[in-house]
Amino acid sequence: MHEVTLEHLKREGRIVVVGASLAGLRAAETIRDKGFTGSLTMIGDEPYEPYDRPPLSKGVLLGKSTAERTALPRRRAIDAEWRLGTAATGLDMAARRVKLADGEEVPYDRLLIATGVRARPWPNAAEGELDGVFVLRTRDDGTALARRLDAGPRRVLVIGAGFTGSEIASACRERGLEVTVAERGDAPLVGALGGVIGAVAAELQRENGVDLRTGVMVTGLEGDSTGRVRAAHLSDGTTLECDVVVVSLGAQRNTEWLAGSGLGAGPRGIACDAGCRAFDIRGIVTDDIYVAGDVARSPHPLFGYQFLSLEHWGNAVSQAETAAHNMLSVSTDRRPHIWVPAFWSSQFGVNIKSVGVPSMGTEIMITQGSRAERRFTGVYGYQGRVIGAVTFDNSRWLQFYQQQIETTAPFPVPFPTVDRRPDGHRPVPADFPDPSVPTHGPTITLSGYSPADRRMTFTPAGH
Amino acid sequence: MTHGILSDILDYANRANPYPLYEELRKTPVFHDGSGPYVVSTYYEIQSLLHDPRLSSDSRNLAATAKDPLAGEAEEEAALPPSFLKLDPPEHDRLRRMTNRPFGPPHSPHRVDGMRGDLRAIVTGLIDDLGDPGQIDLVDQFAYPFPVTMICRLLGVPREDEPRFHVWADTLAASLDPDPDADPAERQRKTHDSRMELGMYLAGLIEERRKNPGDDMLSQLAAGHGQDESMSTMELLSTAALLLIAGHETTVNLITNGMLTLLRNPDVLERLRREPTIAAPLVEELLRFEPPVQLLPQRTPLVDIEVRGVTIPKGSSMWLILASGNRDPQRFENPDRFDPDRRDVQHLGLGSGIHSCFGAPLARLEAQLALTELARRLHNPRLLEDPPPYRQNAVLRGPRHLRIACDEVRA
Repeated sequence: MHEVTLEHLKREGRIVVVGASLAGLRAAETIRDKGFTGSLTMIGDEPYEPYDRPPLSKGVLLGKSTAERTALPRRRAIDAEWRLGTAATGLDMAARRVKLADGEEVPYDRLLIATGVRARPWPNAAEGELDGVFVLRTRDDGTALARRLDAGPRRVLVIGAGFTGSEIASACRERGLEVTVAERGDAPLVGALGGVIGAVAAELQRENGVDLRTGVMVTGLEGDSTGRVRAAHLSDGTTLECDVVVVSLGAQRNTEWLAGSGLGAGPRGIACDAGCRAFDIRGIVTDDIYVAGDVARSPHPLFGYQFLSLEHWGNAVSQAETAAHNMLSVSTDRRPHIWVPAFWSSQFGVNIKSVGVPSMGTEIMITQGSRAERRFTGVYGYQGRVIGAVTFDNSRWLQFYQQQIETTAPFPVPFPTVDRRPDGHRPVPADFPDPSVPTHGPTITLSGYSPADRRMTFTPAGH
Repeated sequence: MTHGILSDILDYANRANPYPLYEELRKTPVFHDGSGPYVVSTYYEIQSLLHDPRLSSDSRNLAATAKDPLAGEAEEEAALPPSFLKLDPPEHDRLRRMTNRPFGPPHSPHRVDGMRGDLRAIVTGLIDDLGDPGQIDLVDQFAYPFPVTMICRLLGVPREDEPRFHVWADTLAASLDPDPDADPAERQRKTHDSRMELGMYLAGLIEERRKNPGDDMLSQLAAGHGQDESMSTMELLSTAALLLIAGHETTVNLITNGMLTLLRNPDVLERLRREPTIAAPLVEELLRFEPPVQLLPQRTPLVDIEVRGVTIPKGSSMWLILASGNRDPQRFENPDRFDPDRRDVQHLGLGSGIHSCFGAPLARLEAQLALTELARRLHNPRLLEDPPPYRQNAVLRGPRHLRIACDEVRA
């Protein structure tokens, strides 16, 4: 881009942000920080101004906070035109216009797509509509579920023991509610952290009174004559009476609205380059469409240039800032998005944090603390290097392991550390499930192609 | 035996302003003169070492040959087990966790905030009693008695015993700050006696609290929490002594350094008077600008480690100069400027990692309240000498006296 056109863009251009959540908001703030004085439009399908989702499965379910109080703090005024409660339904790349559900079209010079993901619904629509069946992703979901938990159900069934499902189970136990967790895999969190850590998570659930059932699927939900859910049928032949069911089966990317637009968008998200510029379906990078947050899929140099989709809070912020910077910069001033994946969870009184990509790990070493005490640091290795780390109530050390990942330090970890236990000297298999077997889904999806991989398949939109 | 810059840093003549020496030191981020400690003085290196699990705080991991010119200073009573300050996980974590249970979140989120009223009353009382506004020693009359009284309340020392506590605390503080002209044997004897008396007193108090628990920290620590979560009496004594010593001297220095810095920056002092809400960011900047703990002298690597191209051998003695990292221009813009409006102020003043300051929330509140009230009530305050006389101690650095005058002490 020439300096002249860039200056013109900054002064009186039109930037449209589709997706009014964390990534969209932080991008908008960065855009204004960079001196953009043109028109800024924020499009969101939910009727609310940007809010924070992590509290929805924690404080909100415990009744310590309400979903209405989750509004994201603003870093600055963004002077935007808000189109809330109006979903984007289409994109005309040639005409540079976003189509809205109300029939209007919004023209842009630069477009940022941050439409994120939504909760994967229960596959049987009629069962999913029974009263008492919930998903948890939005503010409305949080309010509705919290209200139902307030009413004191006799038993809650959580389907899927990923991070969200486990946090919901934790909140139920903290409220003294009976809860069953049904997980298709062998343990909770197994997709994100592997079986060695999953076993710890399983103990944690059982010790806290969760009726955890692994290796089972819920095959059907049954309602009573008034349309309220009353029981679930499990693949082991048992029937479980429950009056609240929370479907926690991971997320689906919000890309259907881009079908047929020519943008490289599909069920795995929207592919973009390291500078957050979206690819079109021909694999050619666009120069006016940027992507950020959960819906993006971008190559990461630390992880073999694999395209990573990260459903992480910190990633949304960082990628939004990078995308916003890049859309207002000449090509030599652009920055790559090389955020090291990191996430946290809080469940059953334990603080869980992770850096890197544990799910790439083939082996794990418990370098500090002990799994039995539920206070430890686990380091994941892949092809002779450190690729990820997880801590249970041990997060102060994580920064060190992040540096190990960033410097591709050798694995097995060759040096002693404080608090090394006898079983922490040798790696063991990390025990991740076969990726072809569906579970709740990890929070990091490895997909796409390395630069050396010549195979290409185009998956059209449709989930 | 030290040469050159390290002996300059320890030299009392440089106590009032060690910062030019630190600047010199940062030219060699990992300094080693061949025999002494490995000295790290740059922000990012210190920050990363504080999170490095290859580093131990336990002196038992020091090689017998490691030479540290600070060794022997601030020795703890050998009869007590080491406090968590000088332990590694898992022992450190266990003791610190238990100590935290009656002190901070998640189990006691209201403890520190609940002390606000007490803190304010103590501050008000001390300022009321300042006496002649033309001759105030802010250390002896204010900064010194304040934190001791606070720790007494925190631990649950009965009011009538507080004066005895002050005497012991004074003697112990003096032992951290030896007068070079005094008879060392005499000083040692006094220190020893004080420690014994304090230990006996605390042991008695613990016994009493076990029988009749109150809602103070000592009662809750004595009660413990389940099998793995209770302290032996010896551990409890050493923890109580740690809280007393670590929570005392550092807070005195924070408040005194704070008032000295404000008197040197009258515009900021005036702003604090008009705008008390700046107290919180002001204290953060103060912790960066004049940290009460200048350096951490007790870290040693469990294995040879490499820092900025220098190999630090296993068992070496290391110093992490927090006060230098806080003035590192690679990290902070205009680092030598005291600027309470500084937004990016992630200082090392309270350490970082698992050993980061245990009492930080209390120290912050104490300093915020003390400085705000001093700014509000002392009319036209000024320094009577600058620089003031400092303590001997190069680690816990601060003025021994801060003589000031003001026109009047307002109500």
